[in-house]
Amino acid sequence: MNQDEVKRLKALARKFRREIVEMVYTAQSGHPGGSLSIIDILTYLFFHEMKYPVKNRDVFSTDRLVMSKGHATPALYSCLAEKGFFPEAELKRFRQIDSILQGHPENEFVPGVDVTTGSLGQGFPQAVGMALGMRLAGSDKHVFAIMGDGECQEGIIWEAAMSAGHYKTDKLTAVVDLNGLQIDGNVKDVMNVNPVPDKFAASHWHVQEIDGHDFNEIDKAVRTAHAVTDKPSVIIAHTVKGKGVSFMENNYKFHGSPPNDEQFKIAMKELAP
Amino acid sequence: MEKKAPRVAYGETLLELGKENPDIVVLDADLSGSTKTALFAKEFPDRFFNMGIAEQNMITTAAGLATVGKIPFASSFAIFATGRAWEMVRQAVCLGNKNVKIVATHAGLTVGEDGATHQALEDIAVTRVLPHLTVIVPADYYETGKAIRFAASYNGPVYVRLPRSATPVIFDETYEFIHGKARILQKGSDVSIFACGVMVAEALAATEFLKKDGIEAEVINVSTLKPLDTETILKSVAKTGHAVTVEEHNIIGGLGSAVAETLCEGGPVPLHRIGVKEKFGRSGKADDLLKAYGLTAANIAKETGSFLNS
Repeated sequence: MNQDEVKRLKALARKFRREIVEMVYTAQSGHPGGSLSIIDILTYLFFHEMKYPVKNRDVFSTDRLVMSKGHATPALYSCLAEKGFFPEAELKRFRQIDSILQGHPENEFVPGVDVTTGSLGQGFPQAVGMALGMRLAGSDKHVFAIMGDGECQEGIIWEAAMSAGHYKTDKLTAVVDLNGLQIDGNVKDVMNVNPVPDKFAASHWHVQEIDGHDFNEIDKAVRTAHAVTDKPSVIIAHTVKGKGVSFMENNYKFHGSPPNDEQFKIAMKELAP
Repeated sequence: MEKKAPRVAYGETLLELGKENPDIVVLDADLSGSTKTALFAKEFPDRFFNMGIAEQNMITTAAGLATVGKIPFASSFAIFATGRAWEMVRQAVCLGNKNVKIVATHAGLTVGEDGATHQALEDIAVTRVLPHLTVIVPADYYETGKAIRFAASYNGPVYVRLPRSATPVIFDETYEFIHGKARILQKGSDVSIFACGVMVAEALAATEFLKKDGIEAEVINVSTLKPLDTETILKSVAKTGHAVTVEEHNIIGGLGSAVAETLCEGGPVPLHRIGVKEKFGRSGKADDLLKAYGLTAANIAKETGSFLNS
């Protein structure tokens, strides 16, 4: 990936970070931490990697992305608005009574969202189902599933990992946003789910570990995942929860809490274009 | 009386549908021999996904298949398909409003020897409460085949509840299933007996006992639990003045509750609910269990008689 492209993606991600903080601040509700940790990967997938048309989203022309860690809606919605699924102004109405932008992604409400997620663990198996269905249809398009490391405590994640490994869904790539934090604290203290990479490998997955904020590493990992043809791929992305906002970084308290007025000002200053 | 297993009709119809529509896919959770999806699996191995003993994953994967245009039928025993996987049915299938068909067998006491762990007596309650989901409990082999055909043609989530056992044949191949329509199978003027599933044949047989006591019972097959045909229910009780419900399910949340809700809002008449009361099932032969829990024609007649005389 050339450096101009990296620069373009970085600028986009920075814009999305501002939108994430603004959405959660305006709504005084939502999940900034895990949105900021995954936004670089989402930016890459939506604006460099995937064919993700707004219209005519048939199985032969559309890659799919399932936000299994559904609470990262601020990140997802900022990307979908940029794609043109709905006006950017709608972002300011996130989580409000008359908005399409539900607290968690709902396919019946939000254009560009294919499946409903929020109760953790349920997006990933739906991504597996989509990959199975697209393969049956003869599509060569790809499915990406985005999970959190805390989410990997859900048993169904490993049921889905088992079945994708069994059915060799090679057009499925999972990304684990391994930011190490969950609502109650450190993932390893709350319930040690590690080693996540070994667990996927044991379920017959191709496994890579990367820095989830480095666009060159993200690009290389996705290219490698595409080259794997006999099994599904998982990219374990080491990330920083709250990335880009100093007081949110590595602070589990910003998993699901909005910034106050003063914190908002600081954050917007730090994320200025 | 001739008996045929509704789940066999499911397997046979699924096989026919598979030949007619390449988008139909089937998922099972290691019970394909019992649910009869094995018939489809043998003919269409590429469109059959055995998900192993992982019902939550099966239901959620089915929602994913529906998302990309497939018509998935997902099968297991009723307790696992609706109980074990309930929250997946709720979020991925119903909140997502996906075109998933959950067809569960081995509902109710007639599972028999496996006992309470495997006898779903709560599945109608936990599915009836879910928005977008239509709930169907066919009465016999022939209605099952037609209900499965309906499910395949309907765009949206469907739950079909089937028993394990072979049940008396009530209809024939000319039977027409109408979604959302309760059918009067026998006309009567003294009491309306609303039944579903395995209990429809018992309710019909109960009318013979009641006749001897001079009671003319109307029997209504309520095979669509949701949306409920409140019009037919209210019309029948307007004529008879008394309602009895019979179900192989807990009386809380199932047919009895659905009819009670209808009567309270639409025109109250005395109601007597026959079903399982504040109990789990237990091991035994299907017929012995039905006797032990009062779900036989003789007991339906007896309870209906005392209800009318009370």
